[in-house]
This record gives sequence, structure tokens and C-alpha cells, in this order.
Amino acid sequence: MAKIQLLAILASLSFLFYIGRLIVKGKLREEYSIVWILSTIVLIVFSFWRNGLEILAHTLGIYEAPNMIFTGAIFIIMIYLLHLSIVLSKTQRQNKELSQELALLKQELKKEKVA
Amino acid sequence: MDKIAVIIPAFNEEAAIAGVVAEINQISKESGIALHPVVINDCSTDNTWGIISQLDCTALNLPINLGIGGAVQTGFKYAYRNGFSHAVQVDGDGQHPALEISRLYLAMKERQLNVIIGSRFLENKGFQSSGLRRMGINYFKWLNKILIGQTITDNTSGLRMIDRSVLEAVVKYYPDEYPEPEAVVFYAKKGFKIGELPVQMRERQGGVSSIRAFGPLYYMAKVTLAVLFTYLRFTFNSKR
Repeated sequence: MAKIQLLAILASLSFLFYIGRLIVKGKLREEYSIVWILSTIVLIVFSFWRNGLEILAHTLGIYEAPNMIFTGAIFIIMIYLLHLSIVLSKTQRQNKELSQELALLKQELKKEKVA
Repeated sequence: MDKIAVIIPAFNEEAAIAGVVAEINQISKESGIALHPVVINDCSTDNTWGIISQLDCTALNLPINLGIGGAVQTGFKYAYRNGFSHAVQVDGDGQHPALEISRLYLAMKERQLNVIIGSRFLENKGFQSSGLRRMGINYFKWLNKILIGQTITDNTSGLRMIDRSVLEAVVKYYPDEYPEPEAVVFYAKKGFKIGELPVQMRERQGGVSSIRAFGPLYYMAKVTLAVLFTYLRFTFNSKR
């Protein structure tokens, strides 16, 4: 096993461990962790199976394996960023509604106290 | 009798807000039309909240800054839940003379409109805004004319009155950031009757425009997008 291979496997495993810890501590919600866990697993698979990339690229008709990685990775990252924008929009809307309710409730409470 | 909520979004308006509220209360007494000021403090960094909580009005304090659309919608929600028959939006900086509110109300009743917009450009009297701004206003006149088939001369006017049927719609959906031109498209798409009344505005008495801070190009781009998407949303997705 090559040094770089060992290093990649170690890095991937510690990343997986870190994600697990984040979920356990409640800092990362499970639904957002799926993509991270999946990509780490992919990394681990290809760390062990070194020829895998070449074989995959060949089957898809891509000459250079790195090209396939860049194209695929950028595509996935874009989709994930879009997903985050959607989540953010939803959170923003919920935030707005919450603070409006809060302002209205505080006013009612004050009115009750005076009466 | 009709009760009108006068919704005043206020962001750092400590200089002008007391005068605005006092003027509305005075007009309410003189005209016999029940106007009730509702001031929404949009998380001001100055003493706006301290001032409005002492005034003769309903004071709502937003815990985070929502922008003008979110603040105005808070007022709409208040008006809707407390049984007001009409709501009128007035800027917190003293640009809109309170006397125009009673004129809007009477014209709206007479012409049986759901939405009435106070326009500076029907008769071109009073404060007219700068040249560049008027170019933008003409652009929205053109854009909204294409989309809704009705000429609204002053799409960016913040002085507008709605009746209870419109209130019911805006508590569910109201645009966020620069809501005025977008809301016109929304009202038209919902089938409300929109009209305009020539009004005179003053130059702002204090505070800064919500538009100046962001740069006119961003404003134009954002509002154009919002207007187009509002049109699409309510043309092809009638469920909302």
C-alpha cells in the first residue's frame, strides 16, 4: 500500500469520525450530514480501490480520470449549494414569521398588563 | 363604522416619527374618520422605540430587522386580527401628509376600489423626487403596464390604502425587501381593483431612504426580478 493511499484512508476516516461527533453533539442535523457521509464513503472506496477511478473514467468514455473527478465534484457541489440556498430561504421565512408573531404578542401582553 | 389602521414602518426615524403620529391623530379628530396609528419599529439602532412607546399609537417592536416589507406586513397582521376595515401604509419619515389619508379613504369608497395608491405623478404637484429616481419610476410604470395591463403612474409610492379583502391576502403573502412595485403586480394578479389618486408629498423630514443604502442598480435588478417572478408565480401557480 502506497503512503498516499494510507494517508487518504486515514484522512477520510477521521473526517467521518468528526462528522459523527458533530451529529452526536447536535451541531449538525442528520439530513445535512447524509451528503458528507456519502462523499466520505466514496473517498474511502477509491482510496482502497486505486484502479477504480481509471476504470470508471474509461467506462464513461473520459480520457483522464482527474477530469471526471473535477466535473463530478463541481456538479455535486453546485447542487448542494442550491440545496443550502433553499434551506436558507425557508429559514429566513420562518424567522420573519416568528419575529412578527413575537412583536404582536409582546404588544398584546403589554395591553393586558395596562388593563 | 370603518376603522383604518395607519401602518408606519420605522427604521431609525427618531427625528420625524413623533410628528407623523401626532399629525395622524389630529387629522383623525378633525375629519371624524377613525385613524389608528400602528408604528412598527424595525429594530432601529437609535431611540425610535423609546419615542414610539410613549406616543398615542400601537407600538410594535420587531426583535430583528426584517426590512420594510416584513415590517409593513407585521402591521397588516395587527390590523387584520384586530378587525380593522382598512389599512393604509405611510412612511415614517414624514413624506406623506396625513391629510392625504382621508382623501384616499373617501376616493376609495367612492370609486369602489380595493387598493388605492397615492401618486405624485398624476398631477405633478408637490415634491417630485430627483431625475434619476423618476427614470426608475417610469421604468416600473412601463414594466408593470406590460405585466398587468393597467397604467400605474407611481409604483414606488409608499402611500397606499387597502381594504379588508386585500388585508386577508397580504397577511399570507407580502414581498420582503422593496415591496412596493411587486405588491402592485400581486394585487392585480389577485384580481383586486387598483386605482390611483393624485397626492402631494413632502421631502422627507428625517432619516434615509431604504433605497439609497443599497445602490440604485441593485434596487432595479432586485425589483425587476421580484416583479417578474411574482407575475409568474401568480399566473401559473394559482394555489398560493
